[in-house]
Amino acid sequence: MELFRNTNYDFLGKKWPFIILSLILTAAGLTSLAFKGGPRLGIDFRGGALITVTFAQRPPVDKVRAVLDAKGLNADVQEVQGKQDDIIGIDVREDKALQAARQTIVDSLDAAFGQPANGKVNINAVGASGLADALRVPLQSAGAGLADPQLVDLTNNIMEYRKQHSGLIHTIDDLRSVAGVTPKVLDVLKQATYPDPLAVVQVEVVGARIGAELQRKAILAVLYALGGMLVYIAFRFEWIYGAAAVVAVFHDTIITIGLFSLFNKEISLTVVAALLTLVGYSMNDTIVTFDRIRENLKILRREKLEPLINLSVNQTLSRTVLTSGLTLLTALALFLFGGQVLNGFSFALVCGIIVGTYSSVYVAAPILVFFNNFMESRKHPLSGGSSGPKVPVAPKAPVAPKTPVATPKVSKQNVRGGTAKVK
Amino acid sequence: MNRNIKVKAVVIVVVILVCIYGIIGLPKNKAELMANWKKNIHLGLDLSGGTQLVMQVQLQDAFKANADGVMERLKSELQKDNIPVTTIDRNDPNSLDTADKIEIDIKGIPLAKTSVFRSTVSDQDPDWILTPINTTDYKMTLKPTAALALKQDTMTQTMATIERKINALGLTESSVQPTGRSDAEAELLVQLPGVDDSAHIKQLLQTQAVLEWVEVKDGPYASRDEAMAKHGGILPLGTKLVPTVMRGGQQSWYLVSRNAVVRGTDIRDSRASQDQTGRWETSFVLNQDAAKKFENYTANNIGNKAAIVVDGQAIEVATIQSRISDSGRITGAPSQEEAADLALNLRAGSLPAGVVYEEERTVGPSLGQDSIREGFRAGIAGLLAVVIFMLVYYRRSGINATLALVLNAVILVAALSYFDATLTLPGIAGVILTIGMAVDSNVLIFERIREELRAGKAVVAAVDAGFSKAFATIVDTHVTTVVSCLFLFIFGTGPVKGFAVTLVIGLIANVFTAVFVSKTIFDWELSGKRQVTALSI
Repeated sequence: MELFRNTNYDFLGKKWPFIILSLILTAAGLTSLAFKGGPRLGIDFRGGALITVTFAQRPPVDKVRAVLDAKGLNADVQEVQGKQDDIIGIDVREDKALQAARQTIVDSLDAAFGQPANGKVNINAVGASGLADALRVPLQSAGAGLADPQLVDLTNNIMEYRKQHSGLIHTIDDLRSVAGVTPKVLDVLKQATYPDPLAVVQVEVVGARIGAELQRKAILAVLYALGGMLVYIAFRFEWIYGAAAVVAVFHDTIITIGLFSLFNKEISLTVVAALLTLVGYSMNDTIVTFDRIRENLKILRREKLEPLINLSVNQTLSRTVLTSGLTLLTALALFLFGGQVLNGFSFALVCGIIVGTYSSVYVAAPILVFFNNFMESRKHPLSGGSSGPKVPVAPKAPVAPKTPVATPKVSKQNVRGGTAKVK
Repeated sequence: MNRNIKVKAVVIVVVILVCIYGIIGLPKNKAELMANWKKNIHLGLDLSGGTQLVMQVQLQDAFKANADGVMERLKSELQKDNIPVTTIDRNDPNSLDTADKIEIDIKGIPLAKTSVFRSTVSDQDPDWILTPINTTDYKMTLKPTAALALKQDTMTQTMATIERKINALGLTESSVQPTGRSDAEAELLVQLPGVDDSAHIKQLLQTQAVLEWVEVKDGPYASRDEAMAKHGGILPLGTKLVPTVMRGGQQSWYLVSRNAVVRGTDIRDSRASQDQTGRWETSFVLNQDAAKKFENYTANNIGNKAAIVVDGQAIEVATIQSRISDSGRITGAPSQEEAADLALNLRAGSLPAGVVYEEERTVGPSLGQDSIREGFRAGIAGLLAVVIFMLVYYRRSGINATLALVLNAVILVAALSYFDATLTLPGIAGVILTIGMAVDSNVLIFERIREELRAGKAVVAAVDAGFSKAFATIVDTHVTTVVSCLFLFIFGTGPVKGFAVTLVIGLIANVFTAVFVSKTIFDWELSGKRQVTALSI
């Protein structure tokens, strides 16, 4: 089976609409960023607290907000789609206040939506060892005393059950199915514990100082990585190739961050990992095209750069479409079914793969052409850049003497342009 | 079969076996297989659930405490030497940066006593520098080397204390370590897998450890039950049972007095030292009040045992050899390390300095479980789609690609296991990019082979040319990415590093599987036939 065979689309002939599209997308992203005062950073970078609470019966989001407002907390409450979870974010910078606010949130939610403890242990908040301590004596007095190893097994089983059920035990009776829970044990559990109808499943608190530093470090790491790639490509090809590749990758990153801003999504450390991934993809894609250009430069020394790039892109087209299509497939699967934790991550991947594939052809390649034309026009100021096949030859290639050849009539076979055909 | 191919095949099989051994060991049954898998594959806290705390140790507290001690001693020394003084005071550094700017001001030393005063100070506090301000006033500052030592001491002591408190909870997989950020010497990272009740942990760390030196009434026993049985189920009045610290999986129990002879706050200092024969011991110094009590107690109990109990656990049980007043030694430590540990424990009654929490991340085990399940399902679905497509699109050669992909994943997981690396969410990002590039390598090679076939080359030549031409491209893409990973690893923080590590491992594995393994399979397929006219690609 083959999808593309000997295609000869004139990619670069239609470069302007795409370059303009790129500029518009970049501008839109930048505008959105400027308008909103920079990207919407997750608490990893700006400092703050993020608490995910799961409810047996989720209360209306307004009610949750009202409870927190009453405590003077300016909290942002979000519902998690398809689950009984709420995410509560607060924006407090100072370390000690942050810790206090975190406690206040948990306490006031518990007061508003939870059950009174009545001296019992909340089975949805306690850990395995805590539960063991709470059960040891009551079990003994109920005549069902357990030796420590059995007690540890029992509490571990109960914790495992809670873990498998989204972190929330609804009623103590649910535990009947757990190994080791005999009717007597169940009675003791009912006496000594109660299931609070809400549980804190995730807490992230990051101080502002650490946040600022994580931000600085992440940006630095990415910039250095880009610099490293530029140097390597410049060494393997020519410096303009390195520059073109880095500009293309930069373009992809800006557009993706812009899309995050447009869709009001947060940039967390995980998203940064996704951005790094897309940098990798985009760079990979660009290098494959460049490699083909370099190879063709060796074979078709008299060809002008633009048709030669067109030829190269066409030759690698099936590979580009296949690879990007397949990776996009995986990223889409993650985005659609990967769950809430991976959502921002897979969103970045989906955007990145699309933009990254396109940028190899319409950002990186045109830069080579423009640079080439620019060099030509400097060499032959009168001919207006339309003559002369001065093409950058990769230093690693067995270099042919660069004799300036008088304007070659490009043979018909080599002209790939005009009408697009799919065979 | 060609000899060359045989050698290559052996290499491949050996690599596969080594990898599989690294992942699951040599299991005898299914339960063992799962156990080995769990042991070898470490999931990060974001996947397995747990709590991570980053705390800043308030070193200035330790500096202030040190200065207070110096001032206390100085006052009594001056009194003893009959040197009058108007005031002894210190400044109050309130942040980490100003901790070593601590300064003691001494005012009103009479001119006649100058030389006596100077020698007293230099004898008593060699770590401090005395500078005259005018004829009667002086200031004392901490020597830079001493300040550094104090900082390090405070950090080790804090770490040891936190570790002990956490271990007392039975959280064996937890870790306490410096964050290792160059500009954050006072930061500690505490990781507690499986703990989702961070408030409880923080409260525990806040409370002071209780160190007691108590009389041993009876013991040791092998278990609590044995001890209870020996005393007919009821403990004698004024006694309690304490377990010893786990040593090599062994624990014993002692019956001890409820009344402490000496408490942690009574111990002024403790160090590891060597006796004349070079054996390690732990020396300690008590304050004056405790010294009197201790002298009485030891005089009456020579030959009896005493236990040092920290937070309800006996860290040492020793026999009293002689009368001890303000300073004594605990002998019999098997190594310097143990002697130093004991000294640390004697000093580390409580955290030597306060801590401020800078970062706290808790992922409930259930949420970690959910994200693994969902991510895993989606990833498998995506991969399956990729494999099916490859098989349809490249037919027989698609099997090659699939084998290469699977092997790549196996090598990657095995490498993580051998390096004891932890798999986190960003690490999975690295895995995804690896898979993407692995697919890409295969596609690149196959498309190239097709091109060569179209150009009219014979099958064997086309395969060779396809591989060698695509190889240049694969090297370029992979090296570029490895270069960028190098920078990410050097300059990035935790998650970014995790991404870089998995990606580099994956890329190296990929060059091996997509180029070496895949080519070997092709060669093997082609070598069997005499005349190859068609290739299923």
